[in-house]
Amino acid sequence: MPPFVTPLMLTLKVAFCATLVSSALGIVIARWMQCGQRWSSDWIDALLTLPMVLPPTVLGYYLIVIMGRRGVLGAWMQNHLGISLMFTWQGAVLAATVAALPLVLKSARAAFESVDEQFEQAARTLGASEWSIFLRISLPLAWRGILAGVMLAFARAMGEFGATLMVAGNLPGRTQTLSTAIYSAVQAGQDQQANLLVGIASAVCFLILFGTGRLLRTQHH
Amino acid sequence: MTRTNRNVYSPPFVAFILVLLLWCSGAHAEEIIVSAAASLGNAMQAVGDQFQTDHSDTRVIFNFAASGALLQQIAHGAPVDVFASANQAFMDRAAKQNLIRAQTRCNFARNTLVLAVPAGSATGIQDLGDLVSAPQLRISIGDPATVPAGRYARQALQRIDLWGILRDRLILATSVRQVLDYLRRDEIDAGLVYNTDVRIAGEAVRSIKTVATDDPIVYCIAVTAASNRPAGGQQFIDYLLSDTGSAVLATFGFERP
Repeated sequence: MPPFVTPLMLTLKVAFCATLVSSALGIVIARWMQCGQRWSSDWIDALLTLPMVLPPTVLGYYLIVIMGRRGVLGAWMQNHLGISLMFTWQGAVLAATVAALPLVLKSARAAFESVDEQFEQAARTLGASEWSIFLRISLPLAWRGILAGVMLAFARAMGEFGATLMVAGNLPGRTQTLSTAIYSAVQAGQDQQANLLVGIASAVCFLILFGTGRLLRTQHH
Repeated sequence: MTRTNRNVYSPPFVAFILVLLLWCSGAHAEEIIVSAAASLGNAMQAVGDQFQTDHSDTRVIFNFAASGALLQQIAHGAPVDVFASANQAFMDRAAKQNLIRAQTRCNFARNTLVLAVPAGSATGIQDLGDLVSAPQLRISIGDPATVPAGRYARQALQRIDLWGILRDRLILATSVRQVLDYLRRDEIDAGLVYNTDVRIAGEAVRSIKTVATDDPIVYCIAVTAASNRPAGGQQFIDYLLSDTGSAVLATFGFERP
């Protein structure tokens, strides 16, 4: 098996999982924020957008402090569930999710707010439940903006490096993603390996973005 | 109509520019940049401070990382004057790539590799052999590709035929100090670090026993080929080898080569 297959598969696995979780969370939170002008919306928005502006190493440090074996949550998990996320691919998913969440959140919030309220009001007068309105009116009308956010989240999750390195380590075959594999190859002076991995990473990202972009375009009547 | 724009070449402005140029180009101390193995962090800094006290016209700036990573930096043109490696192999590679002045190369310190655990650890590890007993044990060494301590650790495990069993389980760190950090934070159950590193960590890390390696752990140092200040670099190396320098290294646990 060529050496790039394992990091590639792992990167895709981590990126898909992280995108799934961050998208679900992002959409739900965005909807929740939109329903009613809560005073808390602003500071929750700022808090959840923080990972986007924090240096990756700061993010990684916070994750270690919270999820490490002696961390706030980590110690509890270690003692009661016997599991630790450090040095695992699930830890990598956590790091990528936290990094990608702001992208979905911002996009989803903007998308929901762009939906004409009149449609939702009309549905309410016709007796539809809030949940039904969300699923059958708001979400379909906002899906383009949300999808753009999800695409960005996927790209971000694929490229996550700093926090991933600190939380999941760089264990070949277990938590070594494309990004950290490239880093290791460069550090060890293996330029050929690095070139190969960089080529693969670039090609995959380009294909995904190009494909999704086309998908969005062809839907436009 | 009077001219409202001020003449940009007015005397105060020119004076300011001159002062700025003088300040930038003027008599500031000579700077030597030393890239040294991560394990030398604290000791080298102390030697550097002593050196600067004794040579007030020279400033020493340190750059610490795994020796392999430092070599890559130098190979890619990092403006470093002196390179100190924790093993001979990386210095040999530097020599082969003509990155160092071969006549300035010499050995300056010796170290030992130890098996260490977090201080409060209850895993009962007494020996390298115990590392294979429980598969869920988290064991870390430096990455043998770039970290000398990792290479020595691999040697130590190969000697007693444990490398094959353990290699897929190991958590590879980017430097020996990262292994130490994992130990300090109790993120791993055991690690192979230098004796000098355990001393730095104090109460948080406990050394179980010294581990035998095939190659003796000897640190070497040389002036880089691309250095603009070879005389200054040589001055630092001479100081390191002198009684003063050796005494400082000894307080951190480094032995004479």
